[in-house]
Amino acid sequence: MLTLETIVQSLASGLLMGLLYGLIAVGLALIFGLMDVVNFAHGEFLMLAMYATFGLAVSLAVDPLLAAPLVAAASFVFGAVIYLGIVRFAMRAASNRGMVQIFATFGLAILLRGLAQFLFTPDYRSVQNSWLSGKSLAIYGVYLPAPQLAGALISIAAFAGLYLVINRTDFGRALEATREDAGAVALVGIDKNRIFAFGWGLGAALVGLAGAVMATFFYIYPDVGASFALIAYVTVALGGFGSVFGAFAAGIIVGLVEAITAMILPPALKYVGIYAVYLAVVFLRPRGLFGSL
Amino acid sequence: MMKVAPTALHRRHQLMVAVLVAALAAMLPLLIKDVYLQNILVLTLMYAALSQSWNILGGYCGQISLGHALYFGVGAYATALLFTKFGVLPWFGMAAGGAIAAVIALCLGYPCFRLRGHYFAIATIVIAETAYLLFLNWEWVGGATGIDIPIRQDSWMAFQFARSKLPYIYFALLFACVTWLVTFVLEDSKWGYWWRAVKDDPEAAESLGVVVFHSKMAAAAVSAFFTAIGGGFYAQFVAYIDPDSVMSFHFSLLMALPAVLGGIGTLWGPVLGAAVLIPLTELTRSYMGGSGRGIDLIVYGTLVMFIAVARPEGLIGLVARRRATGAN
Repeated sequence: MLTLETIVQSLASGLLMGLLYGLIAVGLALIFGLMDVVNFAHGEFLMLAMYATFGLAVSLAVDPLLAAPLVAAASFVFGAVIYLGIVRFAMRAASNRGMVQIFATFGLAILLRGLAQFLFTPDYRSVQNSWLSGKSLAIYGVYLPAPQLAGALISIAAFAGLYLVINRTDFGRALEATREDAGAVALVGIDKNRIFAFGWGLGAALVGLAGAVMATFFYIYPDVGASFALIAYVTVALGGFGSVFGAFAAGIIVGLVEAITAMILPPALKYVGIYAVYLAVVFLRPRGLFGSL
Repeated sequence: MMKVAPTALHRRHQLMVAVLVAALAAMLPLLIKDVYLQNILVLTLMYAALSQSWNILGGYCGQISLGHALYFGVGAYATALLFTKFGVLPWFGMAAGGAIAAVIALCLGYPCFRLRGHYFAIATIVIAETAYLLFLNWEWVGGATGIDIPIRQDSWMAFQFARSKLPYIYFALLFACVTWLVTFVLEDSKWGYWWRAVKDDPEAAESLGVVVFHSKMAAAAVSAFFTAIGGGFYAQFVAYIDPDSVMSFHFSLLMALPAVLGGIGTLWGPVLGAAVLIPLTELTRSYMGGSGRGIDLIVYGTLVMFIAVARPEGLIGLVARRRATGAN
């Protein structure tokens, strides 16, 4: 039954999940804003980070919370290598560059899924006995599970950090300048490829952080990225492609809409609400909520 | 790069090549007796036709749809439901599916064609996914269990053949030929020129008097119609459908992939792409996928990535370049 209590409870869970959706999506938004590329392997980046967290927990008994920075750092390197090894070449296409990028990264996604299946088998895994699992916080009768709460706090911290990096550092200025005019940036001696590689690294690190947290409360399997990737694309588009803080706001909206839909419709249809909100927003504002392109 | 206008001579040449290719394809079943290989042949021809249909909207008109699984599913469900619930023969079912899909495409095009680039692509994904979820939870259409098409006697009337794959091969070949011909005719028509203008620069096209919106709508309707015919055919071919096998997102990408890898916005791209990609997909799946260890995915993913990066203009570039150097 819908009582005030259950409504508040659902909204609170939706908010926590929404913050995590924002963290998953922001890497995609960052990369898109920088170079107009939609990474169709974004969900697989998340999947790999979850496996990395699982691996550290099982083999070295590292708690996911401690593993998170390590996983983020490894994801950074991975993202930069993917840019330098593959995406850089896909950008050189003279004709239909958009499709080339979609299918280069789509091929990469299939490859990574296959690799995960090869290395870890298709079995469902989960991290047992982490510091966070099974714990929860109750505030005025609203029950907040510790893993999701930690994820939400990490997401807020990551967005704050990202804000500082973009606005207060030389790299942030170079990033902003490259997104405005990559050609002019080359004239003042900034290596475009280095900035792009850094952008990919940063994007992968952010989704890696999300993956480390999600490993504490979600099953880990080779296809796990696919469902979250679609939510991430919708989140980014809803916020407005390229808008980093649009992704933050849109993530929260997506989380709340999902929670509200699950209250009204059968839970199997909870994504329908998200999709409907996306369509409603872009039909009214064809560039998303905060898109300026 | 200079573009040579398709002259009458060039077009007659294309038509001759097409007749030759179709005749060779028609002779293939005489050589291929193995049922498994015949199965691959059916799928290859079907994907050539589906990708050709996608190419009309995605390639010529430049509207990248990643939601064509919707139209495919509508065709498959219309055919299967009309037959199982009302006893309507699949031929009428396919035609109805095509018509419904075209109408849906027009209704969806009305709001969606205001969107540009990735906003449009994501809207198409989201709409197809919504339909997928609704079908998955809709009991009347079989929900997640899907629909079994009851097997009766082999006949052309009910378009069912349990013993031989030959009729399916010839229908798929006919389907591929029709979509090719439709593309061939449209390419040189007023619409073909309008679509390319819309793709290259919508503002410039509009200012030159091209009705951009109507051009997109026409391309969407034609594209959806043939995609749904393919869906109806597939339902008859496999005799069982569920949302996962005809409406999942993965499927939308698979329809676009042959056109992209073969050569997007070209007459032969989808055919070439399907001829390379589908046998490769099926063969890697059955020879390397059996272990369940994902080796088939690794090979397939690497290949897609490699072709996309190494041949951005598509495999057709290999053929065209050779011909160009040969002519010099």
